[in-house]
Amino acid sequence: MVAETGTARDPSPETSPGTPSVLTRLLRRPLALAGLVIIAVVVLAAALAPWLAPYDPYEQFFDGLTIEGAPLPPNAQFWFGTDLVGRDLLSRLIYGAQTSLVIGVAANGIAVVIGSAVGISAGYFRGWTDTVLMRFTDLMMAFPALLLAIVLAAIFRPSLWIVAMVIAMVNWVQIARVTYTETRSIAERDFVVAERAMGAGAGRILLRHILPHLLSTIIVWATLGIATTVLLEATLSFLGIGVQPPIPSWGNIIFENQTYFSSAPWLVFIPGAAILALALAFNLVGDALRDILDPTQQGRH
Amino acid sequence: MSSARAMEQDQATGRLAVTGLTVQVATPAGARTVVDGLSFTLEGGKTLCIAGESGSGKSMTALSLMQLLPKPMARVSAGTAMLAGRDILALPEAAMRAVRGRSIGMIFQEPMTSLNPVLTVGRQLGGAISAHGGLSDAAIRARALELLDQVQIPEPARRLKQYPHELSGGMRQRVVIAMALAQNPQILIADEPTTALDVTVQAQILALIRKLQADLGLSVILITHDMGVVAEMADDVLVMQHGQMVEHSPAGVIFSKPRHPYTRELLAAVPRLGEMAGTTAPKRAGESADAAKPTHAEPLVAVKDLTVRFDIKGGILQRPMQRVHAVEGVSFDIMPGETLSLVGESGCGKSTTGKALLNLIPWQGQISVGGRATHGLGARAMRPVLRDVQMIFQDPYASLDPRMRVGELVAEPLQIHGLASGSELADRVAYLFDRVGLSTDQMRRYPHEFSGGQRQRICIARALSLSPRLIVADESVAALDVSIQAQVLDLLQDIQNETGMSYLFISHDMAVVEQISHRVAVMYMGRFVEMGSRTQIFENPQHDYTRKLMAAVPVADPARPRRAFMEKAEDLPSPVHALDYTPPRHAPRDIGGGHLVWEAR
Repeated sequence: MVAETGTARDPSPETSPGTPSVLTRLLRRPLALAGLVIIAVVVLAAALAPWLAPYDPYEQFFDGLTIEGAPLPPNAQFWFGTDLVGRDLLSRLIYGAQTSLVIGVAANGIAVVIGSAVGISAGYFRGWTDTVLMRFTDLMMAFPALLLAIVLAAIFRPSLWIVAMVIAMVNWVQIARVTYTETRSIAERDFVVAERAMGAGAGRILLRHILPHLLSTIIVWATLGIATTVLLEATLSFLGIGVQPPIPSWGNIIFENQTYFSSAPWLVFIPGAAILALALAFNLVGDALRDILDPTQQGRH
Repeated sequence: MSSARAMEQDQATGRLAVTGLTVQVATPAGARTVVDGLSFTLEGGKTLCIAGESGSGKSMTALSLMQLLPKPMARVSAGTAMLAGRDILALPEAAMRAVRGRSIGMIFQEPMTSLNPVLTVGRQLGGAISAHGGLSDAAIRARALELLDQVQIPEPARRLKQYPHELSGGMRQRVVIAMALAQNPQILIADEPTTALDVTVQAQILALIRKLQADLGLSVILITHDMGVVAEMADDVLVMQHGQMVEHSPAGVIFSKPRHPYTRELLAAVPRLGEMAGTTAPKRAGESADAAKPTHAEPLVAVKDLTVRFDIKGGILQRPMQRVHAVEGVSFDIMPGETLSLVGESGCGKSTTGKALLNLIPWQGQISVGGRATHGLGARAMRPVLRDVQMIFQDPYASLDPRMRVGELVAEPLQIHGLASGSELADRVAYLFDRVGLSTDQMRRYPHEFSGGQRQRICIARALSLSPRLIVADESVAALDVSIQAQVLDLLQDIQNETGMSYLFISHDMAVVEQISHRVAVMYMGRFVEMGSRTQIFENPQHDYTRKLMAAVPVADPARPRRAFMEKAEDLPSPVHALDYTPPRHAPRDIGGGHLVWEAR
């Protein structure tokens, strides 16, 4: 049955030589376009924070609190309201975008690169490489991630980039595990044997033939990782070993204010929504990329 | 009560009348008709063969009769199938369940995938027997033993406790047949029941189906692409093409006086064993080829005592526990411009031998290619050797990276070996496309956009790109339809006539081997049992195993007496041995003219 439908399919009409570029095709998909817009907004906010933010993010406004000392809900002066000490939430969110982008994109990106590299090499080379790399991965998995992060953060002096490195160090293991398993099954497939039979080196096989097949898995894990790393950074900040207050990050804004969740819900909802939107945006773009890069998924019949 | 009895009476005749069966599948562009107005009548106790190439709609026909079409993507849009006064295409699911198994049993192509690997044979057979309930354990067991005996499985009591992976392919297919027969159906639908099996096993299974049919009065619908199987089995033949019936005649008429051009085409494409008798060169070798062939040149490839063994690791420490003796002391030479065929059944070590030539697996012994010894060479040192030896795999789709354009795929070997770049590379790729009969404007497409035969042409273009002197063709036409198979074989022979290419042609198909080979080696259990020129092997086979292989090939001639039923199935000897096992060595006996026979004693 399968063989029949496979061979019976007529060669579909010409893929024209002028196939549009990946970016053009990305922009043609409404969901991917929405994702790109959100990412652009966050990146611009982070880059242009000093010019965009209406107030100084560290300034505690005298009129930022009610008479009873409670934070202000969103109003005409403070669009997103104020936090517990009377600082403007919008300005803090805009500055916080810098931190969260570094953590969510850079730290997570490093984790994805390390994880994929370890998983793919272990899965393809097998033997000793496999044993050493995967036992090390298992060791890292068995170690409580938070404890490891605390130890690493305590050794180095806390700063944004150290936090990013720490997060990358604890987050690569899951991706290594997943890519390892998939690489093993792909490496057994005939086309990889065929590549070896024509003398292709390991580099070509890994980068040009195995990696493209793993892209969809890697993209899914990478986008999932954005939300978790942003929250892990918040956890570390809360424990005092992450980004040091009063520097804002989306994660530590939530943590600072979570005790007032019932009386001032906007302080948790708005930064939470920002994290969600960023993760969702990367997810939409990632999904679209996966479909565009897979020639067998093209919708021509 | 009386009506029920009448129905049962009617049902017992196993007569199925299909009229105007139309099946459609959903595509984004709307419904596509894959079976178009098919009508036929299956008479009780007779065999109807539905023959056709892949995509002709024959499997869809079988699935729709069982109401097993993949819904909602495929549906029966018109037609009736009357069985015992009821239209089984219109029955609701609950009533249909009583028809499946009880009135119609079905066997599928791949016995391993139609059995559940984690349940014993006994459990699965028991499930099929008691599917409609109401039997004691003892009665189920008795019936299971009876069924296994009916399908000629030796030691049925022991088999009940075994798992599918412990049985050979032929044994598994017998179990599947036993399950299909568990509820005493009157109709058996067999969808390519022997395609995945070796020829000797295929002959046994076909004979078994014939015997069961005689004993139980079954009507059989046999779906196959193999005209040899049709000739062995059919009373009536229905030939399908693109979802339509092109011819429906008694078997004798189809073979002696085919009316439709497509039927004639199909029959002409079937390679017939023995049609090359009295010639020495391959089918398409030109007159010049023989003259041009150097008579006593150095062998291109010399293999001496090739041995491949795999350790089976086990235990806590992953120490070797047992050893698979895949290839045991095989020696052969391949001359320039010569085709040597390795024939044998699955698991005999023929593919392993081919892979050893390209150093894709570890091996012992001596192999030299163009005078260079290749034992122990690393990937980099192997590269110049690989320019002389290339390989074409069995499944062209699996051996092409689905994410690359075919133009890039064909260019890849040239880039790897740094042989061409820029416009020279483009010209070279365009030439190769042209050479294998593809148009150059298909270069920007992806593998899934091509048909099976075209994909195999792409694989051939890839192998040719390095201008190798030897191509190892591992079952390279086995996955193709017969008409496509003939074209690909012609292409391979034309390339040989033109460039003096040598082939190591690995195949299980004796008829194909007869067409293409200069010399033939028959392999069994990792060893050669007979080697010689094509004429020597096919016209004067000396070893019992060679004779057995040839006798098993189905012949597309219904007038030939159908082979009598064979004795019980036998287990194949296992190639797995203890670590300290030293295989005995046999010396070949030369019976003249380079015709070598190894005695199996």
